[in-house]
Amino acid sequence: MNVFLAQLLNGLDKGGAYALIALGLTLVFGTLGVVNFAHGALFMLGCFCAVTFRYLITLETVTVDPEKLSPWGAPVEVRTPLVQNWFGDFGAVLVDYSVPISILLAIPVMLIIGIAMERGIIKHFYKRSHAEQILVTFGLAIVLQEIVKSFFGANPVPQPIPTDLRGAADIGVWFGMAPHVLTYPWWRLLYLLFSAVVIGGVFAFLQFTTFGMVVRAGMADRETVGLMGIDIDRRFTIVFGLAAVVAGVAGVMYTPLLAPNYHLGMDFLVLSFVVVVVGGMGSLPGAVAAGFLLGILQSFASMTEVKSLIPGIDQVIIYLVAVVILLVRPRGLMGRRGIMES
Amino acid sequence: MAIFKPNRRSLLKGAGAGIAALGTPYIFTKGAWAQDFCNDPTNGKIVLGFNVPQTGSYAEEGLEQLKGYELAVKHINGEGDGGLLKTLKPVALKGNGVLGRKVEYVTGDTQTNTDAARDGARRMIERDKAIMVTGSVTSGEAIAQQSLCQEMGVIYMSGLTHSNDTTGKDKRRYGFRHFFNAYQSGVAIAPFLAKEYGTDRRAYHLTADYTWGWTQEESIKNATEALGWETVATVRTPLGLGDYSQYLTPVLNSGADVLILNHYGHDMVNSLPQAVQFGLRERQANGKNFEIVVPMFSELMAVGAGEAVKGIIGTSNWQWSLDDEGTKAFTKSYGEAYGEPPSQSAHTGYVQTILYADAVERAGTFYPPEVIKALEGFEFDGMGNGHTVYRDSDHQCFKEVLVVRGNENPSSRFDVLNVIGKTTREDVTYEASIFGGELGPYEPNKC
Repeated sequence: MNVFLAQLLNGLDKGGAYALIALGLTLVFGTLGVVNFAHGALFMLGCFCAVTFRYLITLETVTVDPEKLSPWGAPVEVRTPLVQNWFGDFGAVLVDYSVPISILLAIPVMLIIGIAMERGIIKHFYKRSHAEQILVTFGLAIVLQEIVKSFFGANPVPQPIPTDLRGAADIGVWFGMAPHVLTYPWWRLLYLLFSAVVIGGVFAFLQFTTFGMVVRAGMADRETVGLMGIDIDRRFTIVFGLAAVVAGVAGVMYTPLLAPNYHLGMDFLVLSFVVVVVGGMGSLPGAVAAGFLLGILQSFASMTEVKSLIPGIDQVIIYLVAVVILLVRPRGLMGRRGIMES
Repeated sequence: MAIFKPNRRSLLKGAGAGIAALGTPYIFTKGAWAQDFCNDPTNGKIVLGFNVPQTGSYAEEGLEQLKGYELAVKHINGEGDGGLLKTLKPVALKGNGVLGRKVEYVTGDTQTNTDAARDGARRMIERDKAIMVTGSVTSGEAIAQQSLCQEMGVIYMSGLTHSNDTTGKDKRRYGFRHFFNAYQSGVAIAPFLAKEYGTDRRAYHLTADYTWGWTQEESIKNATEALGWETVATVRTPLGLGDYSQYLTPVLNSGADVLILNHYGHDMVNSLPQAVQFGLRERQANGKNFEIVVPMFSELMAVGAGEAVKGIIGTSNWQWSLDDEGTKAFTKSYGEAYGEPPSQSAHTGYVQTILYADAVERAGTFYPPEVIKALEGFEFDGMGNGHTVYRDSDHQCFKEVLVVRGNENPSSRFDVLNVIGKTTREDVTYEASIFGGELGPYEPNKC
């Protein structure tokens, strides 16, 4: 039973990440009708917002100690962190909590990147075919990852979990089990909670604000909204920025789980597309449901017992499910008529 | 009836004719070397091909290796401080190039991809006229290039490759490995595991699903079971996976008290911190502290894994902080050139290039069969690994293997691993026949 619960928890945790990444992708598709293959790169850029923030707050003064020599005979460099020098204990806390704090940097940066991307490139491809959109956004993703590589190198840059959130929570004890029967990392639990909050926030924004109402109306009938004198293009540009922010903050919080490297966006790209397709192109609840569904299935398929029955199932399960769902429901779980259909 | 009666004159005539007859083919063959092998540099440039991952998952290790190669060429050509040419014993190189001529090189990017590695090596041989190809960070790259080089009659000095297969079932006459292998890791680490964690342990393996992972898992499993450890499960994980959480949760309730991560490069950089995040190192199982072992380490991996690497035991081919003369000389040369200590990837690349050049110098020719014979069975010292032999039966280098532990209190960003012991060359030596394979012929093909 505890093995089942641990795997379920893992599936929810994975699903949270998948849903968060796919949410922005399907939002852009649903509003702008653009198949954005650079969405994975936005996730990666979010990760590197955390890396950059940490780099900045751990900047050091470097002095040379002529008394000590390195093994190759050069004087040893003595490094002193600036932030801790200036702010003392508060500086140490800033460094320790650099990942969650870097969300404050990621939100404006990703918003600007998203808007610049939409105004600079994407808008010129609204009326082009999906194949052309895929080509240009895929090219853009490659350019972005090469830029990141030139600044940060090819190696992963690990980001630490704040000291207070390291280790694992003894969840079993909360439910009356013996100690150490069901444990799960604190940061992963936090990520699950974070996913739920961001997803809830996006839904609330679209559901309960005037801006969201206009966007939903535009998604349903863009032409009519335009005829009513509303500049729907401007709102959709902001939606693209919002999608970039969602992908970015998802990336920021993911950095302690997976040391970011320049290629991370490509790793998540295919997966996020499968989630969107299974959920239904342009459907926000579909993306969320598919994210959690695929996360849980992938987690259970990785169990030794399952793998011994069907070898290799852990590597193909999400694609297998995608095939089955598309055969049974060609529009995906919650896809709407008319999306990606002539 | 005439009866043949030998006398002194006829005996001398016969002997002279016999020597002439026997010597004639040799004279023709010796003269023919110049025309009969691939990329003979007698009348052209001496080009070495350095084919390493400069992009992809292992780019950082590949770029380090490239630095080692470039430094080796400098030292062979008499530039810089001479590096390990000062400590290698015996040494034939004089610091004036190879056979009195300067060496040049071309570089390639394997993209951490087996097919690209093979294509790059072919390009170096066919277009750039490389007389020797070297470089790898995965065993897939090494085995692919080694096989190609055998077909084309060009010597391949592998870079970083740890699979038993490289000098086992996939060994080739034209391929040579200085780096240690998975079997040697298992033999080397076992006594230290017994000493640190006891002989009554239950191990759970997570293994990268490709040639290196399989041989490493088999070697470590055999070595730990010989100690008395029980293997609870061996689970294969896809190569290049980012999030290992779905493979780590089953470990928690498996009854195991040791997790063995047969992962390298990015796989290990991701899986080890995630295992630590799952609280495995704070966990108690079977009345013991839960432990994590990473049998094969590199400094770059240790840096990538960050805090999680502290206290973790593994093995290594070489470490810059050793105090022998060869290590000191190389660390000094490399540090002056690049401002940081060398990694084991840079070291093995450097050593392989020097050993090839020295073998050519000793053979007095670039003709591959003669160079191969000069390398086979070559015993040397002063390269940072103690007394070493290039075994003739499988072209594997035999030398001491280091057992290392992630440094709990690093004094600098380079000080990530501590050497906690060495297993002697004799202890890590095995019969070449246990891994099978055939070296193949000496005779070169024309490319």
